[in-house]
Amino acid sequence: MSHSGAFLYDAPGPRARRRILLGSVVSALVLAGLLALALAQFASHGQLDADRWTPFLDWPIWSYLLVGLRGTALAAALVAVLAGAFGVLLAIGRLSRNRPVRWLATGYIEVARTLPVLLLIYLMLFGLPAYGINLPVLWKLVVPLTIANAAVVAEIVRAGVLALPRGQTEAALSLGIRRGQAMRFVVLPQALRHVTPSLITQLVSLIKDTSLGYVVAFTELLYRAQVLSAYNRLLIQTFLVVALVYLVFNGALSYLAARLRTRVRRQVAPPSAPAEQAADRELETPVAR
Amino acid sequence: MTAVIENLDPLLRALGTTALILVVSAAGSLVLGVLVTVARVSPIPVLRGAAWAYVQVFVNIPLLALLLLAVFALPDAGLLMPLLTTVIVVLVVYEAAYVAEAVRSGINTVAPGQVEAARALGLRLSQTLRYVVVPQAVRAVVQPLGNVMIALLMNTALAATVGVVELTSAVNKVNLVEAQPIPIFTAAGLTYMALALAIGLGAGRIEKKVAIHR
Repeated sequence: MSHSGAFLYDAPGPRARRRILLGSVVSALVLAGLLALALAQFASHGQLDADRWTPFLDWPIWSYLLVGLRGTALAAALVAVLAGAFGVLLAIGRLSRNRPVRWLATGYIEVARTLPVLLLIYLMLFGLPAYGINLPVLWKLVVPLTIANAAVVAEIVRAGVLALPRGQTEAALSLGIRRGQAMRFVVLPQALRHVTPSLITQLVSLIKDTSLGYVVAFTELLYRAQVLSAYNRLLIQTFLVVALVYLVFNGALSYLAARLRTRVRRQVAPPSAPAEQAADRELETPVAR
Repeated sequence: MTAVIENLDPLLRALGTTALILVVSAAGSLVLGVLVTVARVSPIPVLRGAAWAYVQVFVNIPLLALLLLAVFALPDAGLLMPLLTTVIVVLVVYEAAYVAEAVRSGINTVAPGQVEAARALGLRLSQTLRYVVVPQAVRAVVQPLGNVMIALLMNTALAATVGVVELTSAVNKVNLVEAQPIPIFTAAGLTYMALALAIGLGAGRIEKKVAIHR
């Protein structure tokens, strides 16, 4: 009884335990019924036939999909590095005491957060070539994703900086360190450690976004799945398998983020003031799409 | 700018489609998300596990993969709905996972004393959840829910990839004919920004109205 909802009820007595057991049985039956219904629907259209699934036990298909996975990893790594660096700069800019810099960073973040990535991708694909700007496919995916993700990273980092006690900056300044140095050596390292879970969650989100490579015809996992399914005509199986691959990889990252989150909370947050709790809540909110 | 004005009619119709997808999916995902959260904090382990799995699936699989699966693959299993309905259903189940995450972090802010007081008054668990916990949890996360709704607005654009003529798709089509990307895409960008701003401001106002001052 240590899950997050445990405080909602007393330790169950004999009657409550009976009711919980009944509820478990009923909900298990309902869920199993739904699953059976779905399987029956699939089976009646021959989608469960062994020969529609066995191809996915063959190495060639996996090596074909793994090339796509490599493309996904490449695009995600590029976006993560570029958006990470750009995002930290934007966060510093938005916190700067220089008004034009602050306005510029704020304006960028607010605009980039409210533009659909697909719109930017269409602009890259069909808009900019008219002006002689025609990037390689990889960059047609990476540039829009970087534009969007940098803004989100900036907001995560900013939340981390704001959640840090002011005393940190003040102590650094009182030691005679310059403002920029205080940010670089005192505030940012702590803030970044504090928001690592949120940054990993954002990494999951951007890995999911690389599936837009499907639109620009960049060789990543989903695009490969599309090409493969056009060839083997096993649409359901191919897309389910690829969804499972995404689930395994992103699920592992999400699990890591959740683990880190409980650890960070235990380290930095003793039973704290409401303001700090609010800041914590801010950090936990899923900003990701 | 003339390119936009000359094509105002199809663009406005597409904007209407975007708004329709947005409103219906928003309402659906809010309801489903709260239900998933309730399942996730329920005393019944099976429901808790199912809700957890639900959130994991939809937070970790790309929306585009789900859209392609639902629109192009599931008809092979005889599951065929009108295109717009399919897209809305996918958006609802996808975004509900994020709503559930947000509302769950809101439930953690409800003071245990509230639950104890409700129990002392003789409320059953379902009543405690319905009248005490969920209302306070949702009020605590209005702003995060607003962010989820803005993300939903961004995600409605993905409907273009499966052939729904919503704003992004219409803008692209108009541009392919008129070849004036700068004014056309700027207009579309400004429209999305205005919608997102409206959601953000709306969330801010609602939050001010329903916030619990402790």
